Amino acid sequence: MKKIIFSLLAIAAASIAQQRPDIVGAIMGSQKAVIAVPDMRGAGRAEPLMGVLNGTLFRDLEDAAVFKMAPKSMYPTRVPQQPQDFRKPLQYDPNNRNAAPWLQDWSDPPVNANYLTFGYAAEQDGQMVLFGWLFNVNQPDVAAAQVFGKIYFGPMDESGARKVAHEFAADVLKQFGVESLAGTKIYFVSNRSGTKEIWGMDYDGAGQKQITNYKSISTMPSVSPDGTRIAFTSWALGQPQILVHSLETLRRIPFLNPRAGTNQNASYSADGKQIAFSSSASGFSQIYMANADGSGIRRLTNTRSVEVEPKINPKTGTEIVFVSGRGGASPQVYRMNSDGADVQRLTTGEGQATNPSWNPQGTHIAFAWTRGYDPGNFNIFVMDVNTREYVQLTSGAGRNENPTWAPDGKHIVFSSNRGGRSQIWSMLADGTQLRQLTSAGVNEKPAWSK
Amino acid sequence: MTTNKAGALALALCLSFFAAGCKKKVGAPPPPPKPEVAKPAPPPAAKPIVKFFTAEPSSIERGQASSLKWEVTGAESVSINQGLGVVGNAAAGGATPAVISGNRSVFPSSTTTYVLTATNAGGPVTESVTVNVTAPQPAPPPPTPTVKATFGEAIAREIQDVFFDFDKSDIREDARNVLTQNADKLKTIFRDYPTGTVTIEGHADERGSAEYNLGLGDRRAIAAKDFLVQLGVPADRLRTLSYGKERPQCTENNESCWQKNRRAHFTGQ
Repeated sequence: MKKIIFSLLAIAAASIAQQRPDIVGAIMGSQKAVIAVPDMRGAGRAEPLMGVLNGTLFRDLEDAAVFKMAPKSMYPTRVPQQPQDFRKPLQYDPNNRNAAPWLQDWSDPPVNANYLTFGYAAEQDGQMVLFGWLFNVNQPDVAAAQVFGKIYFGPMDESGARKVAHEFAADVLKQFGVESLAGTKIYFVSNRSGTKEIWGMDYDGAGQKQITNYKSISTMPSVSPDGTRIAFTSWALGQPQILVHSLETLRRIPFLNPRAGTNQNASYSADGKQIAFSSSASGFSQIYMANADGSGIRRLTNTRSVEVEPKINPKTGTEIVFVSGRGGASPQVYRMNSDGADVQRLTTGEGQATNPSWNPQGTHIAFAWTRGYDPGNFNIFVMDVNTREYVQLTSGAGRNENPTWAPDGKHIVFSSNRGGRSQIWSMLADGTQLRQLTSAGVNEKPAWSK
Repeated sequence: MTTNKAGALALALCLSFFAAGCKKKVGAPPPPPKPEVAKPAPPPAAKPIVKFFTAEPSSIERGQASSLKWEVTGAESVSINQGLGVVGNAAAGGATPAVISGNRSVFPSSTTTYVLTATNAGGPVTESVTVNVTAPQPAPPPPTPTVKATFGEAIAREIQDVFFDFDKSDIREDARNVLTQNADKLKTIFRDYPTGTVTIEGHADERGSAEYNLGLGDRRAIAAKDFLVQLGVPADRLRTLSYGKERPQCTENNESCWQKNRRAHFTGQ
């Protein structure tokens, strides 16, 4: 099976490269096995929950961006519910409507799938139980086709339907070496309670809940790599300062702010032990690094300009990208070593470039740039930091800002006011598969966390 | 036997309740003697008797209740003015003389005299009671306005906003003039008010990023502060506070609005 995936990978990589600059191909990995995900059926009390279950499974698999989803309209009418339903015909005839399901129903045109998920849900001792199988339909017989079959349990309600679907999807994705995004969180800023507070939600927009309640302005969240702490900028104590909360207890954790009119944009190193931030302790917002509790502060830049948004390379830890208006120029994205040496501008100097964010591999940044547009009309770009090659992912649809990467390195969450008010959106790092995740109030500054 | 016993019991019960006004007819009064020769004018019917008509308490504060209580005998109907209307009628075939009693809570907003009118064929009888209403304790009068404005008011009235160019924190020519005037006024106000601090808020328009604008707003506030300090305004009474683009005073999407938001604004505490 691995062989097939790798060969597919190579083929697809070539075809994608023709459509997009190499950057996107490098990020997306490119290969696409074709998977068919027919709706499963449910018995008894599971039946009314199958819409949620099937929808969650399909979306998790589609969102993972490792598959090409076989179009549902092409699916055969005979859908297996368990492996025993497959009956190898003496002579395969796709037009025989009375025949039992067979692997070729899925592998042949028009479906052309490589993989098939199927199964069914039922009630067992008041619990939801899902029997799920993944088959490689290119195999000659049922025994060889089965990749795995597994039983999942959850409460008999919508949350249970989502749980078993997320777990089934995660097991399918694991077969392809991909961690499911299900279980990852997106933190963001919302004014829906009346003031800007930090909120959190599941990666697909479900389960939105308020994290802070300062009734001031709390914004610019950044999550520690282990997902246990969140640092943000808040006016709760008067001047804008960095506050840190535990995401386990939701309580405040001490953070020593330097004496300054503005301390903002905290972001963690990969080991969670360091925080980079910007502080106007010198009279100008400059880049600083400190221990995670704010002690042991070091100043990294020394200019008479505004410098904000330092982000430490999550892979190497030795490189920082940040935004600077040095030289009296409009803000641009720069890089430097983590000791402040070797500062280089990454963006061309055109427009305003801001909100840089490393991908988990530490090779690319996503950022917001007004290049080609009026001031304030930001679009999302991705740049290969080594080659400085960049590609534009959104174009002209309102303000698109604050891109941050999903843990899978293939998805980007950002804010956009394309629908009127600013909302949180996710997309693939090639600009496709746009999804709006919020709709209540004004929502901005997303941060995707494990 | 049982019936007789029950009848006797009922009679006894009824007799025992007589004083309390048993409704059971005990016996018709004897018919009036037949008029003999001349037909004298019928004696005027006895007027109703108002046994009492009270208000408890008779003095209230506005908004409180007073309870009117009355008992009238021999009336066919009892009414009270002030909108209360008929408050009792003799029951048809009731005891004679009929006893009408009752009570009502009233909430007069000023001193009010209630007149109870008891009527029967003999004519009306009135009785009145007055509820004295005192106004509740008036709210304490506002303190006599001080001639001197508060420190915050003085700052708000005297000290002008200073405006900046897009993406800049340099003090423009027009801003130098405004800040020079502000410096003079601040020195005067600080002399008049020995305590109180001025916060210089730095604001930006919506177009830059929130992060960069927070740093830019900080610069604008500091630039304004530095200018004032150079002109001799005491630094220890000035503090800065950047809002970046979080607190715009104008939310339209045009240059005149953006210019209004690129400012240093002064508040006094």
